[in-house]
Amino acid sequence: MNLVVDQSVCIGAGLCVLSCAEIFDQRESDGIVTLLRAQVPDELSDSVIGAVRRCPSGAIRIEQPEAVSK
Amino acid sequence: MSVTPSEAPEFPLPRTCPLDPPELYKSVRASGGRHLVKMWDGKPSWIFTRYDDVRAILGDNRFTTVPGTPGYPMLSAAREAVLQLPPAFIRMDPPDHTRLRRMFTREFMVKRIEAMRPKIARLIDDLYDKLAAKGQTVDLLSEFTLPMTSTVIAELLGIPPADREFFQEQSQRKLMLDVSPDVPREASAKLLGYCEAVIREKERDPEAHDDLLGRLIIEQIRPGHMTREEAVIHADLLTLAGHETTANQIALGTLNFLQNPDQKQKLVDDPSLLKGAIEEILRYNSIVQFNGARVALEDVDVNGQIVRKGEAVFALILAANRDPEIFDDPDRFDITRKADNHVAFSYGVHQCLGQPLARLEMELVFSTIFTRFPDLRLAVPAEQIRFNEHHMVYGVKELPVDL
Repeated sequence: MNLVVDQSVCIGAGLCVLSCAEIFDQRESDGIVTLLRAQVPDELSDSVIGAVRRCPSGAIRIEQPEAVSK
Repeated sequence: MSVTPSEAPEFPLPRTCPLDPPELYKSVRASGGRHLVKMWDGKPSWIFTRYDDVRAILGDNRFTTVPGTPGYPMLSAAREAVLQLPPAFIRMDPPDHTRLRRMFTREFMVKRIEAMRPKIARLIDDLYDKLAAKGQTVDLLSEFTLPMTSTVIAELLGIPPADREFFQEQSQRKLMLDVSPDVPREASAKLLGYCEAVIREKERDPEAHDDLLGRLIIEQIRPGHMTREEAVIHADLLTLAGHETTANQIALGTLNFLQNPDQKQKLVDDPSLLKGAIEEILRYNSIVQFNGARVALEDVDVNGQIVRKGEAVFALILAANRDPEIFDDPDRFDITRKADNHVAFSYGVHQCLGQPLARLEMELVFSTIFTRFPDLRLAVPAEQIRFNEHHMVYGVKELPVDL
């Protein structure tokens, strides 16, 4: 699973960090979301899906890759 | 469900059981989810009670929060008086909202708030010691939750904690609904005057103030990104929202645990349930009882029901949090359930800025209060507890307990 975040839409609530701190962080300047990794390992998919649902502004999007690459 | 404006029930609706939302929400939710209501001035509004609809509305910027919008639903004359004052970002739309809110998001990010943990833990311990030293019935609201939350927000903002009783009382008065408009007007004027004095004092040497308002002066007011008037309005918002809400949430949550000793015992026996318990308290005892008020800026299809341009809505977080489609047996208080998808902090771009702080304070209290005071119990029969029915923020008027 690949992730994309829209920093212009993010309100810095940090719920993504609470859901999955291995993937999401907040930047120092204003608490807006940054991705620690764009590619999500399988064992974190559930918590990432939770983060997408909890995000109050819809700033996180899951992109399905067209072809699986190793 | 077709209801003419003259038949529509008056909003706010009364509660039957103080720890549950108004009964009418149940039947509305079961039959379409929306209903027409009448405001104090006779004007109509929709209420939406279903979780999916509430989230859809709160997440949709085609609904405005600006109170000056024609048709905006006013809860009372007192509320209208407050909403006529210049707003903070809470009652602005993007892009104004975005610009101003972003000036504060750094201060409330998860790791910044987390760094406050040891200090708040110590404050709570000190307050526990004071309670224990009394050796008599105490009011957990005025003697514990309010002093705790108001001290925390005062220190974060850089307001003298010694002034907390002043701003506590004025904040309370500002949020009253069933009073003459002069009451919140005067309270608001006092709070704004106070915040202005605090800011002007800091402006003399802002670098000497390692606090939110000091940083706001240096980074926003001085370079001209924010006017002093805006800063005063926002200092007022953060002071009020930073203490009044969480103090009531914790008191209400404590009452709930005392009424549900099996849940209390579960938490004591298994501290790993803490985070889930906090979310369940937020879901079950949502304190912000009359939000979110919005007006449609254009026709909007809300999951198949059209709201016309200019119509008012309440996307009721209180109702959404008891939706049986989302929460199994929703009127049961159960700290083991998954409740983190509640909308107690609202949803959309206006979702509570202070939620990391609220969660931290709740965690620190609920992980300690029942072990520090294992015999904690109500000092009066539960039926004698009085509630703030006519207040923007719900809660108890007092919580007399024996330790």
